[in-house]
Amino acid sequence: MTLALPTAPARARSASAATPGQWAVAIAIAAFLLVALVIPVGTVVYVAFTEKGTGDFTLVNFVDFARTDLLVRSTWNSIWAAMMTVVLATALALPLAVITTRYDFRGAALVQTLGFLPLIMPPFVGAVAMQLFFGRSGTINLLLGDWFDVEIPFMEGINGVVFVEGVHYFPFILINLSTALRTIDRSMEEAAQNLGSSGLRLFRRIVFPLAMPGYVAGASLVFVKVFDDLATPLLLNVKDMLAPQAYLRITSIGIADPMGYVISVVLVLLSVSAIVLSMLAMRGRDYATVQRGGGGLARRALRPLEHLVAWGVVTLILMLVLAPHAALLMLSLATVWSYSPLPDGFTLAHYARVFGDSSVYITNTLLYASLAGLIDVVLGAAIAYLVLRTRLPGRQWLDWTAMAAVAVPGVVVGIGYLRTFYGIDVGGVPLATLWIVIVLALAVRRLPYALRACYAALQQISVSLEEAAENLGATKTRTIRRVVVPLISGGMLAGFISSFATASVELAATLMLVQSNSDAPLAYGLYVFMQSPAGRGPGAALGVIAVVLVAICTFLSHLVVERQHRRQSRGAAGPAVPGATG
Amino acid sequence: MLRMLAVLGLCLASATAVQAQAPARVTVVTSFSKDVTDPVKKAFEQAVPGVTLEVQNRNTNAGVKYVEETRARNQVDLFWASAPDAFEVLKGKGLLAKYQTKATGIPDKIGAFPINDPEGYYFGFAASGYGIMWNTRYARANKLPDPKEWSDLAKPIYFDHVAIAAPSRSGTTHLTVETLLQGEGWDKGWRTIKEMAGNFRQVTERSFGVPEGVNSGQFGVGIVIDFFGFSAQAAGFPVKFVYPSVTTIVPANVGIVTNAPNRAGAEAFIEFLLSDKGQEVLLEPAIRRLPVNPATYAKAPADYPNPFKDPSLGSRVKFDPDVSEKRSNVVDALFDQLVTFQLANLKAATKAIHEADAALAKKDNAQARALVNEARDLVAAMPVTAAEAAAPETTGAFTGAKEKGSRQAELENRWAGFARDHYAQAKAKAEEATRLAK
Repeated sequence: MTLALPTAPARARSASAATPGQWAVAIAIAAFLLVALVIPVGTVVYVAFTEKGTGDFTLVNFVDFARTDLLVRSTWNSIWAAMMTVVLATALALPLAVITTRYDFRGAALVQTLGFLPLIMPPFVGAVAMQLFFGRSGTINLLLGDWFDVEIPFMEGINGVVFVEGVHYFPFILINLSTALRTIDRSMEEAAQNLGSSGLRLFRRIVFPLAMPGYVAGASLVFVKVFDDLATPLLLNVKDMLAPQAYLRITSIGIADPMGYVISVVLVLLSVSAIVLSMLAMRGRDYATVQRGGGGLARRALRPLEHLVAWGVVTLILMLVLAPHAALLMLSLATVWSYSPLPDGFTLAHYARVFGDSSVYITNTLLYASLAGLIDVVLGAAIAYLVLRTRLPGRQWLDWTAMAAVAVPGVVVGIGYLRTFYGIDVGGVPLATLWIVIVLALAVRRLPYALRACYAALQQISVSLEEAAENLGATKTRTIRRVVVPLISGGMLAGFISSFATASVELAATLMLVQSNSDAPLAYGLYVFMQSPAGRGPGAALGVIAVVLVAICTFLSHLVVERQHRRQSRGAAGPAVPGATG
Repeated sequence: MLRMLAVLGLCLASATAVQAQAPARVTVVTSFSKDVTDPVKKAFEQAVPGVTLEVQNRNTNAGVKYVEETRARNQVDLFWASAPDAFEVLKGKGLLAKYQTKATGIPDKIGAFPINDPEGYYFGFAASGYGIMWNTRYARANKLPDPKEWSDLAKPIYFDHVAIAAPSRSGTTHLTVETLLQGEGWDKGWRTIKEMAGNFRQVTERSFGVPEGVNSGQFGVGIVIDFFGFSAQAAGFPVKFVYPSVTTIVPANVGIVTNAPNRAGAEAFIEFLLSDKGQEVLLEPAIRRLPVNPATYAKAPADYPNPFKDPSLGSRVKFDPDVSEKRSNVVDALFDQLVTFQLANLKAATKAIHEADAALAKKDNAQARALVNEARDLVAAMPVTAAEAAAPETTGAFTGAKEKGSRQAELENRWAGFARDHYAQAKAKAEEATRLAK
């Protein structure tokens, strides 16, 4: 790939030596990761390295892993599914991102919000809704069977996993790529246009390469997430993948088997390698651009026909990816829905049933998820800054450790937290019984999302802006506060939304840590309902409430971004370039 | 950063304050759904005024792990769940406290199964039986006949329509498998199980996955515990349920956790569950479990199954808990390696056998018939005998026992390889038979 590079000296760094302040921040972050991730997880996972019977250190369990056909097959299945999902997710995310950021497209914020919703699939009830719509006896296949006597196996085997995961996780690419496209220096595009480039070529050679950090951040998250996701394979009854194997082994009673933890360790190692690989692929290239405040890429106006095509594409993609949510809504309003394309009847009774309980769940969810999102953005931005802008020895380890969290099964985090924090006394009660521990668990588990978003945003910013500020006499702290943070605010927001939204429907770790109904978040309430036939409707109603809640928060954030964007670009209206084909 | 820490500190302080002024409460960890816990909570708080029941809902495995991890500073009074083996695990780890109930009128056994732990660590408060549940719309669309017996599910017509929960993930399914093995013997029992399993559409990873799939029509027939079938009917789903003539009735249990912070409250809860009032709550349509007090059935609706009167419910099978206990992990691992993780291969072999049978029905051929029988034997073959399954060398691999021996992963890989090879040979033989019969 040839890249148009704006600044000649790649990897220019402003800091020649680490300052005491940087050391302090790095140590604080390391301490946090140690307490909130490494130690709790270590107390559980060390079993992987012990010999049966004696408890001595050994690697024989890993030899067993490599010798077991099922696990070797699972590993390849997981890798393949993750790669194919990235391809599918790109196909879904790219058009949406480009149309909403490169063109003057009304409803961009709405599309961005709707395109983000698939990420929020409430546990259990989302699975039921997917099956009722796409499954073997789902709406589509029942209708197809009636009309044409054919069946499309959307939800069968590994291909089914790729389909569902692609629909589920493509927002990671959408949100990070959109942010990156918004922050590209307009002068790059103009320069290319002056030299005669336009249309697809302009996009392929200039625009997309410059947005690469955002794309890679999103794609690597999709890859790692698919790798580590167990809900979807279990929903599709695919058991020969790594994450479900780990989960099935760890959560069975009475089996003191190290293999579950061995698989967890392998998951962590492979996930971190994927991230390292993605960093290596981008090494030696500089994506930073200098111009800021110009509002990024010029937005072209669409001609009527183009408008039609754009709307067609957007509608088609949204219909596909939002079908599960439509099914969820229908499920929450259905009396009985069983082996039929549509429910037998509709009712509001399920909402009435959850009305009393849900207010406490909603408050808790908002509190936990926003606190977790906040912690994640602060930590994510700090780690990204330390890695990209300083020369602290071992700074990469902060990044890798934080990223490892994405691969640790939630139930391992839950058990580890109980082990580590239950013995600590706070005002007469064990620390692990306080809800703040749930926030901590959520924050650690969602940190990778915010971290990748902040990292990508910072990569796109030229260090010369900071140098300029320092040359004018600003201190490091003031530079960060007045220059760096405002410039990467888009990435930080993207990170916050990703962390916040996914934390609000997290269950695995929460289920281990919730102490009472009054401390429980929505996902827990949903779980409780979804254990009985009569609870399916109310569970779906809670699921819809969760989705709507997160959607509103996301939409508000997008409005803020749009407004800020417009304010920045006011007075610098970009030249419209009619004639180029989109 | 500092400001945030201050906020967090404040939050911590306020959370502690709330915790301190809670009223007298009884904390129970349970796997039961809201449909069960809500009515019981209401009735209990009415019967024992001034006490609140704090329900912590966790699945059985998470519940056991939770009680285990928090034993040093236990905050839980009771463990309340279906699977008897979960209570055995807790008891084995010294996490349950002994208690002598004052309730009267409850017999020693329900069906063949003892209601209470003989040593007094946990108590059966309700019973449930295993059976077959099916979706009537699905059955009509796919022209499935109504199943009556376990052996029906092995018929070719049910191919790809049946589901079960993995015994390693569902204590009650484990008991069903164990009952079959004890009722028919090790080899014959596994043969029946694998013949049924050849028709499986899914082996779900949680008990509720089966009724959920039947309710929404993802598969037609499920092997489930009775209250899933009955409560689904009560919720309006087009499903039916039947007890086969050989079934187990297993008690759902409650036990006091060691060092319960509110021991008196815990005892009150057990006494309530076993009292007339507590037993009557079980008859509610959304709960629909079998009371352990025979007198309560007088208040039940007319067609309510009564295991104390109906001999087909459970008493035909002699169940030996010691045999079950000893080999429980081995049976689970065998099922996973031979069925759950080999389902595609097992189904391929089964399909080939069904096709050969169909061909033979049209045109008989002695040589082909012999080949099909060989294929059947290959599918039914077991990598370990009953004696080997209960031997300490085998069971030790699964318990993290102190002595050195085979590791679980080694055994599992060996069994998986055995199953894969046998299923492949069976498929080849059955296909050969089909060719001969044509």
